[in-house]
Amino acid sequence: MTVTNVHKDPDALTMTMTVELDASVERAWQLWADPRQLERWWGPPGYPATFVDHDFTPGARANYFMTSPEGEKFHGWWEVLAVDAPRRLEVMDGFSDDTGTPNHDMPAGRMVVTLDERDGKTVMEITSYFTSPEAMQQLIEMGQEEGMVLALGQIEAILAGSA
Amino acid sequence: MVVGLRAADERADRVFHALADGTRRDIVVRTLEGEHSVSALARRYPMSFAAVQKHVAVLEEAGLVTKRRKGREQLVRGNVDTIRRASQMLDQLEAVWRGRIDRMGEILADDPNGATR
Repeated sequence: MTVTNVHKDPDALTMTMTVELDASVERAWQLWADPRQLERWWGPPGYPATFVDHDFTPGARANYFMTSPEGEKFHGWWEVLAVDAPRRLEVMDGFSDDTGTPNHDMPAGRMVVTLDERDGKTVMEITSYFTSPEAMQQLIEMGQEEGMVLALGQIEAILAGSA
Repeated sequence: MVVGLRAADERADRVFHALADGTRRDIVVRTLEGEHSVSALARRYPMSFAAVQKHVAVLEEAGLVTKRRKGREQLVRGNVDTIRRASQMLDQLEAVWRGRIDRMGEILADDPNGATR
């Protein structure tokens, strides 16, 4: 499991991450297609995800929530835009309110995942697209503790620099 | 130098304290999208106007929002200079995904053959 390349484009608000996996394409696809496996990596440490619905059919919506160590639930949804198992997946990723109903006042991001075989390994490419810096900010910060921790570190650095 | 560091420390403390509260984090996110009046914000949370005003004051103190008066309204806006830089956000996103990819690696190591479905 090696991240081989990260391409960030702040103007286009996209990030593409290329990862090499020591597994077959079919095995790697299960990380996304099997909700029990997806739940183990989607949420940050301490915030396990629970996918209530998970249907990889174009137009289908997957609903999930992440539970904080204090028991607070953060709800979100995926909408499957396109799927070509086991090679390509395109989803929208957004927030829901406390009842699990999608909140369309909140921004959503688009994510494209491709899996390709190369020399017996799998090359996984994940591209995230955002409609605005605000949308990106919200998607990163809301419920994504790692982003939040980093945001705090960066704010601290900015403050230290301006002191 | 030491005085400067201490001042930076105190400011960082204020930021950490300000963001430690869920309502305040929510106010920051909302006001980054656009200006909101304190009364409009107050309607969103199950607490008094005074309590929301107090949260806004804590955020303002930390430099996370700015406030301006317009007639009888106080308008609150997320401080873009402090918290919004697209390249920094992409760094955060990268960290989020690196964490996820590490976890994917653990799953593959635990269960190399995967589920037989």
